[in-house]
Amino acid sequence: MTHTLTLDGNEAVARIAYLGSEVIAIYPITPASSMGEWADEWASQGRTNLWGAVPAIIEMQSEGGAAGTLHGALTSGALATSFTASQGLLLMVPNLYKIAGELTPFVLYVAARAIATHALSIFGDQSDVMACRGTGCALLAANSPQEAQDLALVAQAATLAGRVPVIHFFDGFRTSHEVAKIEAVSADTVRAMLDADLIAAHRSRALSPEHPVLRGTSQNPDVFFQSRERANPFYDAFPEIVQAAMDRFGELTGRSYRLFEYFGAEDAERVIVLMGSGAETVHETVEHLRARDEKVGVLKVRLYRPFAPDALLAALPRTARAVAVLDRCKEPGADGEPLYKDVVTALAQAAADGTRTMPRVIGGRYGLASKEFTPGMVMAVFDELAATAPKRSFTIGIRDDLTHLSLPWDEDFRTDASRRLQHAVFWGLGADGTVSANKNSIKIVGESTELMAQGYFVYDSKKSGAVTVSHLRFGPATIRSSYLVEAGMAGFVACHQPMFVDRYDVLAHAAPDGVFLLNTPVAPDAVWETLPQSLREQIRDKRLRLWVIDAYAVAAEAGMGRRINTIMQTCFFAISGILPKDEAIAAIKLAVDKTYGRKSARLAELNHRAIDMTLAQLHAVAIPTVEPEAAPAPAAVGAQLPDFVREVTLPIYYGRGDALPVSRFPADGTYPLGTARYEKRNIALEIPVWEPDLCTQCGKCVFVCPHTAIRSRLFSVDATSDAPPSFKHVPAKSKDFPAGTHISYQVAPEDCTGCGDCVEACPIHDKSNVSRRAVNMAPIGPLRDQERENLEFFLGLPEFDRGMIKQNTIPSAMLLDPLFEFSGACAGCGETPYIRLATQLFGDRMLIANATGCSSIYGGNLPSTPYTVNDDGRGPAWSNSLFEDNAEFGLGMRLAADKLMDYAKLLVRELANEIGGDLAEGLVAADQGAEAGITEQRRRVAHLRERLSASAHPRASELASVAEWLIRRSVWIIGGDGWAYDIGYGGLDHVLALPYDVNILVLDTEVYSNTGGQTSKATPIGAVAKFSAGGKATTKKDLARLATAYDHVYVASVAYGAKDTQTLRVFHEAESYPGPSLIVAYSPCIAHGYDMLYNQRQQELAVKSGHWPLFRSDPRLAEAGGNPFKLDSAAPSQPMSAFMESETRFAMLARSHPEEAKRLLAAAQDEAERRFKAYQDMAQRHAREPKPGT
Amino acid sequence: MIDLATDYLGLKLKNPLVPSASPLTRNLDAALRLEDAGAAALVMYSLFEEELRAEDAMMERFLLQSGIGHAEAQDFLPDQGEFRGGLERYAEQLQQLKARLGIPVVASLNGVSLSGWIELGRALQEAGADALELNVYHVAGDMQEAGEVVEARYLSLLGELRKVVRLPIIMKLSPFFSSLPNFVASLERAGAAGVALFNRFYQPDIDLDTLCVVDRLRLSTAEEALLRIRWLSILHGRTRLTLAATGGVHSHEEAMKMLLVGADVVHLASCLLEHGPSRLAQILADMERWMSEREYASVAQLKGSMSQKNLADPSAMARSSYLRVLDSFSPRPGVWS
Repeated sequence: MTHTLTLDGNEAVARIAYLGSEVIAIYPITPASSMGEWADEWASQGRTNLWGAVPAIIEMQSEGGAAGTLHGALTSGALATSFTASQGLLLMVPNLYKIAGELTPFVLYVAARAIATHALSIFGDQSDVMACRGTGCALLAANSPQEAQDLALVAQAATLAGRVPVIHFFDGFRTSHEVAKIEAVSADTVRAMLDADLIAAHRSRALSPEHPVLRGTSQNPDVFFQSRERANPFYDAFPEIVQAAMDRFGELTGRSYRLFEYFGAEDAERVIVLMGSGAETVHETVEHLRARDEKVGVLKVRLYRPFAPDALLAALPRTARAVAVLDRCKEPGADGEPLYKDVVTALAQAAADGTRTMPRVIGGRYGLASKEFTPGMVMAVFDELAATAPKRSFTIGIRDDLTHLSLPWDEDFRTDASRRLQHAVFWGLGADGTVSANKNSIKIVGESTELMAQGYFVYDSKKSGAVTVSHLRFGPATIRSSYLVEAGMAGFVACHQPMFVDRYDVLAHAAPDGVFLLNTPVAPDAVWETLPQSLREQIRDKRLRLWVIDAYAVAAEAGMGRRINTIMQTCFFAISGILPKDEAIAAIKLAVDKTYGRKSARLAELNHRAIDMTLAQLHAVAIPTVEPEAAPAPAAVGAQLPDFVREVTLPIYYGRGDALPVSRFPADGTYPLGTARYEKRNIALEIPVWEPDLCTQCGKCVFVCPHTAIRSRLFSVDATSDAPPSFKHVPAKSKDFPAGTHISYQVAPEDCTGCGDCVEACPIHDKSNVSRRAVNMAPIGPLRDQERENLEFFLGLPEFDRGMIKQNTIPSAMLLDPLFEFSGACAGCGETPYIRLATQLFGDRMLIANATGCSSIYGGNLPSTPYTVNDDGRGPAWSNSLFEDNAEFGLGMRLAADKLMDYAKLLVRELANEIGGDLAEGLVAADQGAEAGITEQRRRVAHLRERLSASAHPRASELASVAEWLIRRSVWIIGGDGWAYDIGYGGLDHVLALPYDVNILVLDTEVYSNTGGQTSKATPIGAVAKFSAGGKATTKKDLARLATAYDHVYVASVAYGAKDTQTLRVFHEAESYPGPSLIVAYSPCIAHGYDMLYNQRQQELAVKSGHWPLFRSDPRLAEAGGNPFKLDSAAPSQPMSAFMESETRFAMLARSHPEEAKRLLAAAQDEAERRFKAYQDMAQRHAREPKPGT
Repeated sequence: MIDLATDYLGLKLKNPLVPSASPLTRNLDAALRLEDAGAAALVMYSLFEEELRAEDAMMERFLLQSGIGHAEAQDFLPDQGEFRGGLERYAEQLQQLKARLGIPVVASLNGVSLSGWIELGRALQEAGADALELNVYHVAGDMQEAGEVVEARYLSLLGELRKVVRLPIIMKLSPFFSSLPNFVASLERAGAAGVALFNRFYQPDIDLDTLCVVDRLRLSTAEEALLRIRWLSILHGRTRLTLAATGGVHSHEEAMKMLLVGADVVHLASCLLEHGPSRLAQILADMERWMSEREYASVAQLKGSMSQKNLADPSAMARSSYLRVLDSFSPRPGVWS
């Protein structure tokens, strides 16, 4: 009997890769990371490979490092592998050339993803794989999770037999993350496919002192070329070897594959050629057309390299008179994409040889970065092939109103296969467990019925208040629909969050006569009146049956808190009819037991109770015959919006980005600032309320707010004459400001995430009620409108004279306007307060180089950016290059700024007579070390421009064009620990070693946060993280201390939640230091596993336990003869256990590996003590001898 | 040879000294040393409902359901197939103790609601517990909650556990019942096998620097024995339940007093935490010496000999000598004059 599994493509591949590997070198990159995570988890659980050994899993500092390790392992006889994508694959390219050049059996598993160009994209296309065409690796494409599993094994067998390394790839997300029911490959099949003699042959070629050889020579012009040609026979033979492996696999499993697999009419006239998941959609469409006797077909390319034209020609019907070749990549400037050109070449050569008539061949691009590719689009391509003059080069899936390459398509086209399936769509919040419940439901259907099942999940780019849409399909036959559930097709639509009905068209997917399930606190008999008009119309028009449940009430009553996923899952099975109800309920309970198993009988029991309670609380709603008055539509926004925001930013935000045509977008990836403020995400249930009577105006709430949703401003009381009545303001307590200066602490109600960190940070207690602070959380309901109005007034107040605000104390520094607001970071994020602080102090002159990671996602992921401008239009100019090169990227910014300033000064000197000697001298000699000097220089530059505009000097316009560079720029290099400690460390170290004035801010979350919590070298000993499932066994790298080895580098370690004054001081010192500065900033992260409300408490614990000592090392002190090193935190006053036991990342180890946990805790304690002692010694060492003359 | 044997929840114990729930039983070595020192049985450290709930919440939020809906991060910590919940770890420790110790081991549950714990008692029974101690740690601070409702809470918890557990169940009580004997009678009817008097509430403290409430662990003192002595004395002979004295026993003196007023067993914790297992051996030796000097033949002989029923003036244990005690207080010199 066939054994089936319900899993995603990545897990399906990782199973096979793990079985056949001895060494697995990994590095996290979306969407391939989970393959490495599986491997690491299995290894930590002691799972063995095919030969009874646990593979060595090693995380490297980059994919480049992983590739080097693999090369070493392979050349020394091991069976080794890795998993990667996109930029990671590019970093492996040099070694792939080597591995292939040495004819090494090897399979690399790639979840194919777009390569960053004008923008980064984590989504799927084949640009990365196409960039490896020249490496000498075979390229083998799989089109579905089933194929991804099967061909993983074919690849292993073939590479052993043919000695050509294989890149086995499948589309990122669409295949890597699609959950599907597949027929499992058994360990016996793997054993039967992997020939022991071939493995022995691989080992016999290993480097060994027992029979030593030399590999990796350098060769001269006399022999390199011939040697390169020497490998030709291996490539010539390889297609047949792959086919033989496919045939053998077919014998063993009954699933057979071809190098080029044709499906369709034997006498097809129109054929589409492509590879990857899109081929399944074409297959489904061809089936539909074949049922209507259309002469069409699809040719699926499986082995793309080595390219076997004969096999291609043999598979392609001779009757084909028009062929469209689709590439999921773009090669700008080429006259066609790679697959297209290969197919054209094969056909042209055959035509030239006279063995074949040349058909018309056209090439199209589709699906870049996971752009949808639907049967309607396939139809458009077939239609184009039928045209008398089809476009030779086209795109499909977008609307190109600029170069007019795109084909129009029918959005209403549906295939027979699609109509035979049951579709379901679920709208959920990222944090409400909707996705995990749906994965569970697919497993239940997959494992307890004969039905085939598929799930695909559309996630958000926000990290707080993220929206997820789950697309599920069930049916009796293989599901080939590699596209989202189409409009009007879902027999079941669930909306797990009531507020979505106002914001999104949640019923667009609903099919006529379907079921709509809504989670709402409104009683069944009153719910209709609360629904927006458009939703009611759809319910009536489509004759939907409406069911409601108050899932949060059921959850609370069942003792489940706010966990609604099991409840909503129960509703789905109860009313969708996918499974008989009783059977489904029993299956959910079984799944619950499996999940909680040994972990908590109590939770299992609570879930069972919730499931039972759900059925009693699920109500059908009778649609009223008479339409009651509609609820008033929310006030329209957009009247005064900037054009770009109205036409581009907000449509993307509301989920209509797919409809935007090409011309609407900037050509070079350049976007305006200050757009996050238009999103108004309204995700907080409670917001802070300021109590002016208690407030001491200390500014701590402003400092800690991760989303800049509470801020303070000074203004003249005269400016408040037309303030809204509820606008709160009081006289500023500081004596620094003129009489009549007032202050307000204003909340941004629709941008706050409700994390509560401001309340936790407030040091004030009401003397008569200790729990009342100077800010307190209150339900947003009655406050929203009033605070929206207050915020608008607050933001409209003129910016207070910065020159009057002292920047060196927290209360006054927090009066400076932030130029970073309302980011999409997690609620309670520990990184963003540092960035906001930098923008408050230096934002109007910042150039930011931002490494890829969390800070680049909440900083620059469309639709909006939190970086913004001041009243003068100045603000941080930001860019992201790559993950690995950020220090170098920032250094380049510094060099450009310096060079252009030098040039501008040169011109100023040259034109001194023209512009006036005093001004010229002032411009050239300006002291811009502090803000006042910069302000003065800006005045001079304005002056300069005036004079230049009146000048007839031939070089005047040249100077005008570079005049702005006379104003000092503050270069900031920002990134996380994955960049600074690991992948970018070489560059970081190099930049530190140079004398240039850059400010490096390392937001140290001690883990790769953005990709889901993989271990970095910043991860502390004893912490559990992905790739360290058994607890990290080595201590954290002390990046700051390493940097102190350079005498000329300003270095500091900060944790704002422990000592905000030190953080503020460090930022000033670092920025003013005219050489390289490194700030390593402790950044609490949800990956640490505690409620982010306690962000500051944990920072304090980190410092008090000795985990995170605070210090500064300032070379200027050494120059003056002092000790540069100042320790800013006291000796540890708490044991490390107090810190470690309060965070899940440590605490879970005691529950999975208790003995190891004890050992690592002791080691952590020892390390904390030793490290502190070392710092103490540094702080107490004698001052260096002053340099002569200083 | 003095016969120190006693009955405890239907178990025959070689002597009345039973270390009560404390961290000592988390460690197998410490438990073995207690047995070597003469402990007749052990009550394991308590499985706290709050602890399990906190662990459940942690696991649910940060391990099982940590997704935030971001495309790059489905979750943030590796799935822990090996993760073992508090109950399982407790049951494992119980099994280990049972495997290595020759004396009975009592499992101890500390909770107020035990909701969702139906499986708990069964699991501990299967793990080999000889009895269950149920420590209902309930601070009755609700103005709307009448005394009888508090009592009903205890009774229903006992009833729930009684349904699934064959083992004897001993109820550890607080001293704050309006009518303790009446309540003990109710517990007996509801199927309890014994009562332990009294649990000690850890009292919250205030940190004057931070104005935060802090928990501080304070070990018991011998003075606390007096409260136990009175109530054991009143209960002895009026119920068939096992009577366990817990709180304030630091030497053989308190232990003897407890036995004299009717305790079947005497629990020890603070003195062991402070002085180690040798204190148990010392108390045992001192008890034997005391009894030998006074020619007692057995614990059975003296047990309850000074209970209220056996006292010439029963009111001595009821209102005690209230006025006399107050009058006997004389302030330290210099305090008042």
